[in-house]
Amino acid sequence: MAQIKTGISRQQWPALITAAVCLLLYVTGCSLYPGFFSLRVFTNFLSDNAFLGIAAIGMTFVILSGGIDLSVGAVVGCGSILMAVLIERSHLHPFAAIFVVLALGTVLGLFMGVLIQVFELPPFLVTLAGLFFCRGAGLLISAESVSITHPFLQKAARFAVHLGSASLPLSALLFMLTLLLAIFLSLFTRFGRNVYAVGGSEPSSVLMGLPVSTTKVSVYALSGFCSAFAAVVYTLYTSSGNATAGVGLELDAIAAVVIGGTLLSGGVGYILGTLIGVLIFGIIQTGISFQGTLSSWWTKIAIGLLLLIFIVLQKVLNKHLLGRR
Amino acid sequence: MVEVANEPRPTDASAADSLKGRTIPPEIWPLTALALVLIFNALFTPGFFRIEVRDGHFFGSLIDVLNRGTPVILLALGMTLVIATGGVDLSVGAVMAISGTVAAAVIAHPPYSVLSRLNLGSGLATVIAVGLAVALLAGIWNGALVGLLDIQPIVATLILMVAGRGIAQLLSDGQIITFDHAGFAFLGSGFLFGVPFPVTVVLLMFGLTTLLTRGTALGLFLEAVGNNPRASLCAGVNTRWVKLLAYVFCSGCAGVAGLIVTADIQAADANNAGLYLELDAILAVVIGGTALTGGRFSLPGSVIAAILIQSLTTTILMRGVSPTFTLVVKAAVIVAVCLLQSTKFRRILRWRR
Repeated sequence: MAQIKTGISRQQWPALITAAVCLLLYVTGCSLYPGFFSLRVFTNFLSDNAFLGIAAIGMTFVILSGGIDLSVGAVVGCGSILMAVLIERSHLHPFAAIFVVLALGTVLGLFMGVLIQVFELPPFLVTLAGLFFCRGAGLLISAESVSITHPFLQKAARFAVHLGSASLPLSALLFMLTLLLAIFLSLFTRFGRNVYAVGGSEPSSVLMGLPVSTTKVSVYALSGFCSAFAAVVYTLYTSSGNATAGVGLELDAIAAVVIGGTLLSGGVGYILGTLIGVLIFGIIQTGISFQGTLSSWWTKIAIGLLLLIFIVLQKVLNKHLLGRR
Repeated sequence: MVEVANEPRPTDASAADSLKGRTIPPEIWPLTALALVLIFNALFTPGFFRIEVRDGHFFGSLIDVLNRGTPVILLALGMTLVIATGGVDLSVGAVMAISGTVAAAVIAHPPYSVLSRLNLGSGLATVIAVGLAVALLAGIWNGALVGLLDIQPIVATLILMVAGRGIAQLLSDGQIITFDHAGFAFLGSGFLFGVPFPVTVVLLMFGLTTLLTRGTALGLFLEAVGNNPRASLCAGVNTRWVKLLAYVFCSGCAGVAGLIVTADIQAADANNAGLYLELDAILAVVIGGTALTGGRFSLPGSVIAAILIQSLTTTILMRGVSPTFTLVVKAAVIVAVCLLQSTKFRRILRWRR
């Protein structure tokens, strides 16, 4: 019914509401604080949350397929310290170190995917094991943070594209690049359609002859790759490796995905929604720092509240407006 | 209904297992693992089994394992009931932080905390009652979201997991509240009949939970809801209230754990109290033989598994290995236990043979 009347499909409603909330928050921020409405602040949303965004993109694919990945934060920590140690102590060229980190991240994701798919283990527990393993491995590599002095990386960390008074640093550019590739992958490729199908209904996908196993395993490998890439971006951004980086990042990523209108039951959602979810994170954090008297824990409370609003909204939308289930 | 619940039911083995003629209780795996860890320690860790009596109190690694394992055992008790209904509670760590912070703030009434304005006094009963009341409130919140609004448990409890720590930090203004209260400190570091008081609390809670679930029809209801919510609804089980009750009980356990941890260190750290303990608790429940899909549960299994996790940690510490290594071992244990419980993996093993 809603579809005929408005021309908006039921899959698009949650993402549209998210966009409206994001706009509302942004306008509120701009009207409350002078200086909030500037290109500089806006580009900071992107660069400060680039690694969260990249991890959240990987998470979006996993959640779209109906799974969950708790390991992303730990992979960021482990990847970050590994990259720093490879460059600083093993004197590997940064490109080689980045390649190693990305490859290991992908292999870890692939391994978790195989455990989940082949042995039918719950994704929640397998990726929990991944979390413990990576956090432990990262701390075993080096418990102290290692700063990177390699000239190539210092140059990369300073690299930025200037847009008038603002500038887009490399981390923001990499985030945008990942975002575009992910949007293409999710909407215009066979793999993307398979992910939506598997998340929508696994039994139907099996009956349709879709490569369900391959898709589910690839989704975790993709998430592993994204988390490792987030680790690389984090390391570039801070010019140092830190084994405790990304503690709790998995929760922020899940929150960004859910706020972005992706249903945790799978099959419904957009990568672009996740971008908006990450932007909402950025707006709230920046708003709280602009406000000055509010402490950082208000971010957590605000995110919790937003999560609540979105989840209840999705429920109501599903029940009444869309007649789903 | 009560008579039905009192009859011996084949809860220890699933219907499929008993059809195949196998009735291995699920507790056997954690028990075997625990035995292996203990045997390893008996052989290679000198002094692991030594128990000394000092000032009429028992001391030793074994006592230490039980004492240090208290928070996870308590969380695992509540978590077992929640997982039995097919849910999961991610917020227990945050609830621990909230109840601990509230209790500490009520005792110390620091000027920076909002709670100090309430002027509740710092009697032991008040402190415990307020700490537990906040935890139960958190449980009602979770239970209402899952039971009444029918929201996916992972998401519903994620809200409090993210926001809960923020609330705890808000109540303590981001500071660590220290206090001096002999009566409350006894809860965490006191001894009763020579045994650490937290261990007594665990025994009491275990007894209470067992009585509630196996002595009344509640256990049956929990399993029914976990097995098939629709069928149990049709059979007249009030699934909403059963779910709500499970989450309230789980948060209550987390509240007790939060109070014990706070009393033990005589300080409330909203940032770190109970951090990642929800994962340990879920792990303990799953190792203990309760499937994440719900439908059947084993309280003794969860307790044994929680003790197993703690004895692993203690063993690693006593052998002088870096404590971070515990995380890697835990990861291996999770994968191993999951594989052992996976029917698919067993089938592949049998096929090889």
